[in-house]
Amino acid sequence: MNILSLFVLIPVLTVIAILFTSNMKQTRIVSAIGMGFQLILAGVLVYLYLTERQAGNTAAMLFYYDAVWFPTLNIHYTLGVDGISVAMIALTAVVVFAGIFASWMVDFLYREFFISLILLATGVFGFFISLDLFTMFLFYEVAVIPMYLLIGIWGSGPKEYSAMKLTLMLMAGSALLFVAILGIYFYSAPAGSALTFNLLEISKHTIPIEMQRFLFPFAFVGFGILGALFPFHTWSPDGHASAPTAVSMLHAGVLMKLGGYGAFRVAIYLMPEAAHEQAWIFLILTTISVVYGAFGAIVQKDLKYINAYSSVSHCGLVLFAILMMNQTAMNGAVIQMISHGLMTALFFALIGMIYGRTHTRLINEMGGLMKVIPFLGVVYVIAGLASLGLPGLSGFVAEMTIFVGSFQHTDVFHRVCTIVATSSIVITAVYILRVVGILLLGPIKNDHYLHLTDAVWYERLSTLTLLLSIAAIGMAPLWLSDMINFSLGPIIEKISGITTVAGLF
Amino acid sequence: MSINDFLTMRHELILASLVLIVLIIDLNLKKSQKTRIIPIAISMFFIHTVVGFLPAQTGVLFGGMYHTEALTILMKNILNVGVFIILLQSSTWLRKEENREKISEFFILLLSTLVGMNFMISSGDFLMLYLGLELATIPMAALASYTHHQERSAEAGIKLILSSALSSGILLFGLSLIYGSTGSIYFDTVGQLYANTPMQVLAFIFFFTGMGFKISLVPFHLWTADVYEGSPVNVTSYFSVISKGASVFILIMVMFTVFHSIAFLWKDIVYLIAITTMVIGNLFALRQKNMKRFLAFSSIAQAGFIMLGILGGNKIGMTATVYFVLVYIFSNLGAFGVVSAISARTGKESMDDYDGLYATNPKLSLLMTLSMFSLAGIPPIAGFFGKFFLFTSAASGGYYWLVFIAVLNATISLYYYLLVVKAMFINKNDSPIAFFKSDLTTRIALMICAIGIFVIGFWSQVYEFIDSVTFAIRN
Repeated sequence: MNILSLFVLIPVLTVIAILFTSNMKQTRIVSAIGMGFQLILAGVLVYLYLTERQAGNTAAMLFYYDAVWFPTLNIHYTLGVDGISVAMIALTAVVVFAGIFASWMVDFLYREFFISLILLATGVFGFFISLDLFTMFLFYEVAVIPMYLLIGIWGSGPKEYSAMKLTLMLMAGSALLFVAILGIYFYSAPAGSALTFNLLEISKHTIPIEMQRFLFPFAFVGFGILGALFPFHTWSPDGHASAPTAVSMLHAGVLMKLGGYGAFRVAIYLMPEAAHEQAWIFLILTTISVVYGAFGAIVQKDLKYINAYSSVSHCGLVLFAILMMNQTAMNGAVIQMISHGLMTALFFALIGMIYGRTHTRLINEMGGLMKVIPFLGVVYVIAGLASLGLPGLSGFVAEMTIFVGSFQHTDVFHRVCTIVATSSIVITAVYILRVVGILLLGPIKNDHYLHLTDAVWYERLSTLTLLLSIAAIGMAPLWLSDMINFSLGPIIEKISGITTVAGLF
Repeated sequence: MSINDFLTMRHELILASLVLIVLIIDLNLKKSQKTRIIPIAISMFFIHTVVGFLPAQTGVLFGGMYHTEALTILMKNILNVGVFIILLQSSTWLRKEENREKISEFFILLLSTLVGMNFMISSGDFLMLYLGLELATIPMAALASYTHHQERSAEAGIKLILSSALSSGILLFGLSLIYGSTGSIYFDTVGQLYANTPMQVLAFIFFFTGMGFKISLVPFHLWTADVYEGSPVNVTSYFSVISKGASVFILIMVMFTVFHSIAFLWKDIVYLIAITTMVIGNLFALRQKNMKRFLAFSSIAQAGFIMLGILGGNKIGMTATVYFVLVYIFSNLGAFGVVSAISARTGKESMDDYDGLYATNPKLSLLMTLSMFSLAGIPPIAGFFGKFFLFTSAASGGYYWLVFIAVLNATISLYYYLLVVKAMFINKNDSPIAFFKSDLTTRIALMICAIGIFVIGFWSQVYEFIDSVTFAIRN
């Protein structure tokens, strides 16, 4: 059996196993075992991938598997990974694993909770391993729907409103995507030959430019909504704020990455000509995302809202880098996806743990927490430093690569966008340090907080998993960026092959 | 006519004899024994359903009035499966004291309409089509007013018979114009002679309007909500699934064969009707609180989606339409099954009564959720595949904006389907519907629906089989 199919099979088996558990303890142990196994599998996949590449296998996609599903429409179940998807799978496995431990104490309808959470993960894994647009879209929606129940049932605050808003906005995004996918399908091959949903097959053929002009906005905005593209980002702060801890982690950490990943794997890769023409529109929007998100984070008082807006800013940076359409920036985009995925998951995990102790998320009501819960405090500071791009942690590698890549464009428009976007680094520093100052340092404002207990073993396990990954990328970024660079090759080749760049700039 | 020729009409003949057998058994039962009809009728219908799947003879009878081919057999089988599920679901409700006396009527009326639909699907000329349609409609009005001691049910019956009479009149007028302009009522001949003269266009519009009433397309949908709400739940599910499905089947076949020469014209009409039907159906469904009314409007919106398959005008379109109806049968009957189980036990039919249902009746809630997701087209269950193929067929005709509008409508529909899910899972309720154990028959019916919803999508052979018997617009 193909190793990639296991990534879908194991979560499904875990879900079935959970159905047979009889109490909370069993449920969470089964979930932890299942996702732990998934994490090991992801490690094995990274190892196998690297050995294959070292052995000189230069195929665009490794572990390729293809099975016909609906012959008349030429729908296949096609799997395959390159360096980028391997990295994303590893990220997902880490975040899901940490998420299970972050929700260790969920006791209300616990079985349903873990089932929905793992189903969500199934969708994400499936999305990253698919090479067939149909299967990809299927997994994409599988990943979105459990969100409604997860936020609606186990969320907090205006959870019903947030859950509905999030679901409907993401489904509207998938409506755009749907049109794009069908359009690509019907122009996927030269007239007369069989139509296909297979990404690799389609990329060999150039979709007529008129269709590209029509379909590119559908595809890019469709994925962009999931990647919190301004002005379609409004689901994100509400959704993240209302979601339970593990769901915020998974959503900001992994699900939003589906947007970035899809934007270049489908929108830009398959329709490079239109991407060149229309990139300027979306560059403006993503630049706004980057800066607006950062400013939004400054004025928020609720920890989760702060982090949600910072996610808008950071995910905006991913799309921003993708639209630069050169090797360095795109490499940075992928590293940023992974780095932000880990960071934001860590943040949400910490926020969940702090909230579990203080029962408030408003930073003004807290203070001096470093004294009472030093472990969580220190981890929070480290996560914050990673987020504002301190060298030695993953955030630095990502942002540095992105801005170096963006600066390679010498025209005024790209320069202006780059400079404006770079300013977000400063703003990020402001809101991170502000939170650290108010929340962790200073006097303790509430006597009640003097008796708080520090992190217990499962919380430590959850945070340390994420923290170590962040540090690992920060210390040794090269293996990751090499892996990504190699896989960017065919994409860059396709994009740079375009000689006529029309458009405004 | 030899015996073999008769076997070509196997579906109709068995059904007609079933009706007679039920009638005879009923005559011989005492008043206290009437409930015995239920298991007898259901098991006989089960045999009929199974026999329907056996290899059958194809051919033409009565000089072209009646024809059977692989496609019509498939359509009849799909309807049979649906009716079988409905019969299972109605068993609890039929056993109620107030229905005891008229159990056999339910079966006789319902199966008669099914005979009509079978004839309609197999019809080779407009006369047979009209006869089948009438046979399928008139007993339906009696079914609608089955619980005639309730005012609403009686009202539903009257509303249905009046609007049906009107629509049949319009249809018949269209048919007379067709006959007048081509001199024939046979599908083949009319198809060859049809052109786009004003009278023939008018005839088509009358025909389409008549069928539009049956499928409850907007703007011919006004009878739907009241009739659906007033009728007993199981009759409503029969209306919304079987009756609608049969009308869609015959409409798409006639559009693709008889009216192929004016396809350029009817595509515009179908385009507009599809949009209005989806949008209006959805907008009305948003605010419904009664589950039956809610499902009625949602089924109007679903009919709008089906129009996309007809619009495609190609083989994918017809396959997708038949496939969608099949999926729709399982999804909608799953939802109606839960509504009917709850209504038969507690008499509650409002969405507010479903608050907190998951805490007391988790299995029913899960099935309801599954059905809602399937109706909304959420993967990986069957509804997603059904919608995907429908939209694919429209996109293959180049109707990208229509597909976009349709998918946006699917998103709107997701909102109200999620409202039901929200009620069951999230809303709090001081006095939720107490736990109850459904009858065996109901449970079997619900199991069939759940399995269908899960399996049909993944099992691509279903789609491939349907594709092997369908056809594109015949030129």
